[in-house]
Amino acid sequence: MSIFSEVPAAPPVAVFKLSADFREDDHPQKVNLGVGAYRTDDCLPWVLPVVKKVERLIVEDDSLNHEYLPILGLPEFRSASSKVALGDDSAAIKENRVGGVQALGGTGALRIGAEFLRRWYNGVNNTATPVYVSAPTWENHNSVFADAGFKDIRPYHYWDAANRGLDLAGLLDDLEKAPEHSIFVLHACAHNPTGTDPTQEEWKKIAEIMKRRNLFVFFDSAYQGFASGSLDKDAWAIRYFVSQGFELFVAQSFSKNFGLYNERVGNLTVVAQDSDNLTRILSQMEKIVRTTWSNPPSQGARIVSKTLNCPELFAEWKGNVKTMADRVLLMRDQLKSKLQALGTPGTWDHITQQIGMFSFTGLNPKQVEYMIKEKHVYLMASGRINMCGLTSKNIDYVAQSIHETVTKCPYCVTESLSVL
Amino acid sequence: MSVFCEVPQAAPVAVFKLSQDFNNDQFPNKVNLGVGAYRTDEGKPWVLPVVKKVEKIIVHDDRLNHEYLPILGLPEFRSSASKIALGDDSSAIQENRVGAVQCLGGTGALKMGAEFLRRFYNGNNNTKTPVYVSAPTWENHNAVFANAGFEDVRPYKYWDAENRGLDLAGFLGDLETCPEHSIFVLHACAHNPTGTDPTHEQWKMIAEIMMRRKLFVFFDSAYQGFASGSLDKDAWAIRYFVSMGFEMFCAQSFSKNFGLYNERVGNLTIVARNADNLKRVLSQMEKIVRTTWSNPPSQGARIVAITLNTPELFAEWKDNVKTMADRVLLMRAQLKAKLQALGTPGTWDHITEQIGMFSFTGLNPKQVEYMVKEKHIYLMASGRINMCGVTTRNINYIAESIHETVTRVQ
Repeated sequence: MSIFSEVPAAPPVAVFKLSADFREDDHPQKVNLGVGAYRTDDCLPWVLPVVKKVERLIVEDDSLNHEYLPILGLPEFRSASSKVALGDDSAAIKENRVGGVQALGGTGALRIGAEFLRRWYNGVNNTATPVYVSAPTWENHNSVFADAGFKDIRPYHYWDAANRGLDLAGLLDDLEKAPEHSIFVLHACAHNPTGTDPTQEEWKKIAEIMKRRNLFVFFDSAYQGFASGSLDKDAWAIRYFVSQGFELFVAQSFSKNFGLYNERVGNLTVVAQDSDNLTRILSQMEKIVRTTWSNPPSQGARIVSKTLNCPELFAEWKGNVKTMADRVLLMRDQLKSKLQALGTPGTWDHITQQIGMFSFTGLNPKQVEYMIKEKHVYLMASGRINMCGLTSKNIDYVAQSIHETVTKCPYCVTESLSVL
Repeated sequence: MSVFCEVPQAAPVAVFKLSQDFNNDQFPNKVNLGVGAYRTDEGKPWVLPVVKKVEKIIVHDDRLNHEYLPILGLPEFRSSASKIALGDDSSAIQENRVGAVQCLGGTGALKMGAEFLRRFYNGNNNTKTPVYVSAPTWENHNAVFANAGFEDVRPYKYWDAENRGLDLAGFLGDLETCPEHSIFVLHACAHNPTGTDPTHEQWKMIAEIMMRRKLFVFFDSAYQGFASGSLDKDAWAIRYFVSMGFEMFCAQSFSKNFGLYNERVGNLTIVARNADNLKRVLSQMEKIVRTTWSNPPSQGARIVAITLNTPELFAEWKDNVKTMADRVLLMRAQLKAKLQALGTPGTWDHITEQIGMFSFTGLNPKQVEYMVKEKHIYLMASGRINMCGVTTRNINYIAESIHETVTRVQ
């Protein structure tokens, strides 16, 4: 008898199951449009040239050792990261009311922020504070906040499936109706999975209500620079909210824009009212970090820090980021053109209107199933595709597959393809 | 008005505050015997030569990239790490009932194990299961389990201050009287902070009671190889418990024995009854990892995996570990000899009887305060010193300071 005999088997995480199925597939033309990582036009992972360069610098630097980092992380990483988000000229930084907690990727930053809020926001240990996440959102948001102890995680209106765009009215309405002090997880740019961001005017409306109704702003920023190719453009929303005087959190990830997925480089930027509040907040963050991972890993933070703090490397990095963003934009453009050229039913403007790594194609679950089973093109059940999975070699096959799927299987109400 | 105006200032972590005070001290002969990291005889951090070598191998290997690791970590790291703990000839491994979760150092491994147990051990979400930690223990044990949701974290008798040794009777008494299914955090070797480990015979007694009373075994193994210089010797207790048929967890840290403190290299080894149970356990571990750090960092795990899986590098590593262990043993022998030569009141055998990085000197809080304030020798309020902070240059000053302290302050 095992003490674990009652432990149930947990279902696998969907996006990894998709990749596992893809790997097992023998079909010569298979395409993986699932997991969110950048691919070159040869469909290979890409270690950024600037990263390769800095890794060599680090290994040759005999002044570096492996002593524990401070609990809150590498100081030069934390400050450079927050600066990238808030801008070089950030008044909040000058006012000494911005701090950072080096964390394990975007996930770790969200988790530490959530743990802090559960303990100290809206009362002490107030697990009843509602946490709002967009409908849809990254599949892990809900669980991160739930595991941090929040009991009431709710969706806010976001994606308008009928019009394939932002459901602004629904979003604003949820903001007006949410209990005061509710926490809202906002995607800073390149919304995952829809690729649909509010416009600047729409952000202003969102901010106005959040300010008036005392709602807590928690940005998730995983694609800065990657979305438009410009760090500043992609940070506009964050900077606008800071300029409006919000105290807020930003969970930053450097997984995508540095291609450092497996070194777990993240930063929780904390914008407080003043340095006294900031000091107390960071002291409590230390306690939370200490019981989770004690202190963070060095390698990725060193790479990012060296890069951000050295003008030539910083410029080279921005060039690398633009390379990635530009390839994605090119694929968007070409996919839309091809679908239009094929006369595929429906409108496909959303492919170029959406931004970042992902596109919400609008394919329904049955169509997705057809794409996978019949065409060996792997995408999420939600219809989300990773644009990075498209290359000049497979884009025709993907376009044709979408065309075939949509024409043969518009509603796919039955299993049999002979009945339409 | 800030939404955070009610947030209180948290007290700093003691061991880091100590280092900070040390850093701020201008006294020329100051000594830091606080935080637990290895130092060379020059008082400097030491990047192991094998680590430096492997880091260069990694940076020049163009086949490597930075794609996400699997949620449970680098496979070749997980298996070689578990093998190190359980032994090359481990039948449990051969029986496919040993699994692992790559974690963020020993802390991360303890955290993942604790989160799992809180959810799935002794009922569902049973936060009332008592968790026993030794008195004294590493200062973070209590908080890790408490933050994982356990409401009842208690001490088990361990250190006999009067006799400066293990309180075996107290320990066994706690094992006999605690509620069934209680969780016990055991130090695999080089107990932190006392440096005092049970003997083989004593471990056998502990295991007998734990098996009979269905207590859960959770080993904390942060010093394998570092304690005695031998990986196998330092893993004896873990392997004995496995051979007795326990299902158990072992939180492994490679911070000390690889000197990779800041890359956060750890492994939670799970020994289950059979492969089926193991599979279900690991599937739930994935869920817990996913909401904490998603997937673990690569660099440190790569260094350890390449080293453990390459015979020449493995041999070189064992040698580097022995270098560290031997220096500590030398300092222990010399410190005791000097205190005896000075005729310092008290007995000092415990300095060489204790094992690992730390020594529980037996200095009381007032004496510790004197050491810090008057002699600028920084040690923990518990009287714990890090032997690695002792060098041929400062050992005389340390011995004389202890002598002065013990004679002047009661």
